[in-house]
This record gives sequence, C-alpha cells and structure tokens, in this order.
Amino acid sequence: MTLMKLTLRIWRQAGPDEPGAMTTYELDGVSPEMSFLEMLDTLNERLSAEGEEPVAFDHDCREGICGSCGMVINGDAHGPERTTACQLHMRSFSDGDVIDIEPWRAGAFPVIKDLVVDRSAFDRIIGAGGYITAPTGSAPEAHATAVPKEAADLAFENAECIGCGACVAACPNGSAMLFTAAKVVHLNALPQGAPERESRTREMVAAMDAEGFGGCTNVGECATACPKGIPLFSITRMNREYLRALRKG
Amino acid sequence: MTGAFIPLDVMASATDTGRRPSSLRVLWRSTIGKKTVMAVSGGILLLYLIVHMLGNLKIFAGSTSFNEYAEWLRVFGEPALGEGWLLWVVRVVLLTAVIAHIVAAWQLSRLDIRARPVKYAHGRRRATYATRTMRWGGVIIALFVVWHILDLTTGHVNPLGEEGRPYENVVATFSTWYGNTIYIVAMLALGLHIRHGFWSAAQTLGVNHPRRDRALKATATGLAVALTVGFVSVPIAVMTGIVS
Repeated sequence: MTLMKLTLRIWRQAGPDEPGAMTTYELDGVSPEMSFLEMLDTLNERLSAEGEEPVAFDHDCREGICGSCGMVINGDAHGPERTTACQLHMRSFSDGDVIDIEPWRAGAFPVIKDLVVDRSAFDRIIGAGGYITAPTGSAPEAHATAVPKEAADLAFENAECIGCGACVAACPNGSAMLFTAAKVVHLNALPQGAPERESRTREMVAAMDAEGFGGCTNVGECATACPKGIPLFSITRMNREYLRALRKG
Repeated sequence: MTGAFIPLDVMASATDTGRRPSSLRVLWRSTIGKKTVMAVSGGILLLYLIVHMLGNLKIFAGSTSFNEYAEWLRVFGEPALGEGWLLWVVRVVLLTAVIAHIVAAWQLSRLDIRARPVKYAHGRRRATYATRTMRWGGVIIALFVVWHILDLTTGHVNPLGEEGRPYENVVATFSTWYGNTIYIVAMLALGLHIRHGFWSAAQTLGVNHPRRDRALKATATGLAVALTVGFVSVPIAVMTGIVS
C-alpha cells in the first residue's frame, strides 16, 4: 500500500465574525482507503497533539445518509465524486496533490467556524410547509390511501434529499431551488400531501426567498453536485406547482 | 382540555381576517415569479424577432419590394386602423416586454450576487458559455437596440438617413465597418442569449419534461442559429455586393 503525501489548503476561521484565511498544511501517510473525513481526522489528531486548534467540520453518520458533512473540495461540493464528503475516498486523489477545502459559500449559510456553516435556513424552509398535517397516535390502515406507482416513484426520488446544502454551495447564485423543489415535489406527489399542496408550495418558496438565497438561472450545477441525484426537473416541477398555486389563489 | 394546547399562532391564523396579497403581487415579489415575467416577456420578444428576421429577408427581393413592404407595415389595417397604428401597438407591447425583462433581470441579478458574498478561493468555470454570458450578453443586446433604433428607425445616426428609403439606409449602414461590427457582434450575443433563454423559459414556466428536454434544447439551438444566420445574412449580403 502506497501512502500519499498531500498539501491541504483549508479555510480557517475562528468564529462567525472573525476574519478567515486559507491555511496550508502538509499531511503525510494518507492511505487511499481513508475516507476524506478520516483524512481530516488524521490531520486533526496531529494538530491537537501539537497544541493547535483542530479543523472544525460537520459530520455524523459517515454513511452518506444524514447530510451533516459537506465541504467544497477543489471547487466541487463534496469533491470530485458524486457522493458525500464522508463517502469520498482518498483513492480519488494522488500523491503530491494540493487540495483546497472550503466551507459552503452562501449568504444564507454563514460560517460558524472553519468548515462549519449554519444551515438553519433549510430548517425554516421545511418549517414553512415541508410536512403533512395528519392526526398522529393511531396508525391508519395501510391500504386506506392508494398511491399510484408513478407518484410513489417520484416522491421517493425526491425524498432522497438529505438536506446537505451541496446544491446551494454549487450554484453560482447560491440558490436553494433544488432543495426546496425536492421537498415540494416529494410531498405534492403524494395523496397525503394533497390537502396542503398550494399553501405548501407558496409558503416554502416565500421562506426560501426570505432567507436570501439567489434565484435559479437553470445552470444545472445543483443537480450535478447533488450526492443523492435529485434531478434538475424537480425545479421544473416546482415552478409548475408554484404557478399553479398562484392561479388557485 | 382540547383547545388549551392549540398554539397561539394557530389560533391567530384561525381568526385572521387580513387579506392575502394578490397573486400578481406575490408573483412579482418571488424569485420564481420574476423568472416567469422574464420567460413570458422573453417569449414575446422572441416571437417579434422571428417576424422581424423573416421581414428582413425581403431585402433580397430588391429595393422596390423591401421599401414597399416597409410602407405596407405603416398602412397595415387601413382604413380600420390609422397610418402607423399597428407599428405603435407593436412598439408599446415590445417596450413593455423589454422594460419588464430588464427590471426583472436586474433585480434577480442583484439577489444572485448578494446570495454569494464570499467567493470560492478555488473557483472554477461553471455553466455553459451561453449561460454565463446571459447578463453581459443582455447588456450588449440592449445597447445594440438603442443604436439600431437611432440608425434605422429614426435615422439619426444613419450615414444616409433618408425617410421612406429603408433599403438604401440599410445598405448605407452595412457599407461602414462599424455598422457591420456592431450588428454582427450583437447578433452573435442574441443567438447565445436565445440558446439559453428559450430552454430556460421552458424550465421556468414548468413546461419542460425529461421526455421533452432534448427536443426543447434542439429547438433552442435551432432558433438561435436560424435567427443569427437570418439577421447576419443582410450585412454579409451588403458586404459581398449581393445587396447594393
């Protein structure tokens, strides 16, 4: 097994209002089997041992399903592979590589520390309508609501969104259209989401705009960066849903 | 006990008698709404461009035919309409579309730029050339339209500038190097603008679909090429002496 020596240039910022800068670190002994986050762990162990502040980054499941991790690696959200940063492996890099690591850059995602950004704007978009209203407590009969196969497939495809924010990070306009579209299309496709179809669309779009995300110029970078493959057509569908909701008043 | 647990905001909304803002206001305030305004106004302008380009090709039928066509546009609809009425109706519609298109583009661009206050240190080219040049291409086209009107509608900056002789005025413009340069550059910008704009409008209006995507992109390219070639054929014909 050949170990790699890498040059890392990482955005270091001590706090939300502190100035930040790209800081260079040399890291030896990186194995191709490591995940990208394990590589950062290795760096952090060394930094801690040397009495330096470790690099702060978000992470949780490390299985590519929670949406916690996320960083822009060499200009790409989650790096060169179409997956999350935790599922990106160092075999995607070569010995001697220089790797630039930056936080998601968006006005609506302010940096908290180093690579950690505040993504609560997404929570507020969800809070505006990313749910269905249903009585809880007793589970309904499973066959009571029939879901057509096509609707189920569409809902599943969009329900895959893990809310990591890569779409916003990759979009040249810092737009949250793909994220919002995934939620709107997912719930609007299902009979359970039908009663709030119009209000959900109107209010989630209003919340998205209020957070200061940019608009969609149909560049398509969001769908290319999305680790879960949410299609660009979800945005088309949301546009259709939005115009429909406004027509219905 | 029921009711005690209804959150305050739910109670407030249940007794809320305030009226929601009208759909048109909501539309104009939202980013998707402004994009819709851009899509619709862009569509109107595109339809006009197709008619305009086809009309331009009349120049190949010679001076008399072209000047008669220009005159027919003035007297169209007479006696029901007065002289020049059609042109003024078209001008009002076009001006409204242009203003709506530019204001929406300006406001959306400001939002987009503000949405990423800190740029990436490791930047990379995103988007296709046509997509990246939408804003500056739009500015070039807008400046061109001002010159174009002063040149061939009012005649102020036309080297000949004779009223009622559009054929001769066109030939005069395209007999100058700057006339050709401005026109051809603007038409190339227009082609790129339509290439992304047409498909993007279909996205915004929600009429695109995975099964329709390739056809829409092909139509966008087809329209862009046809309009650019059609418009540019006139200065080239003057330059090569086919039209003189």
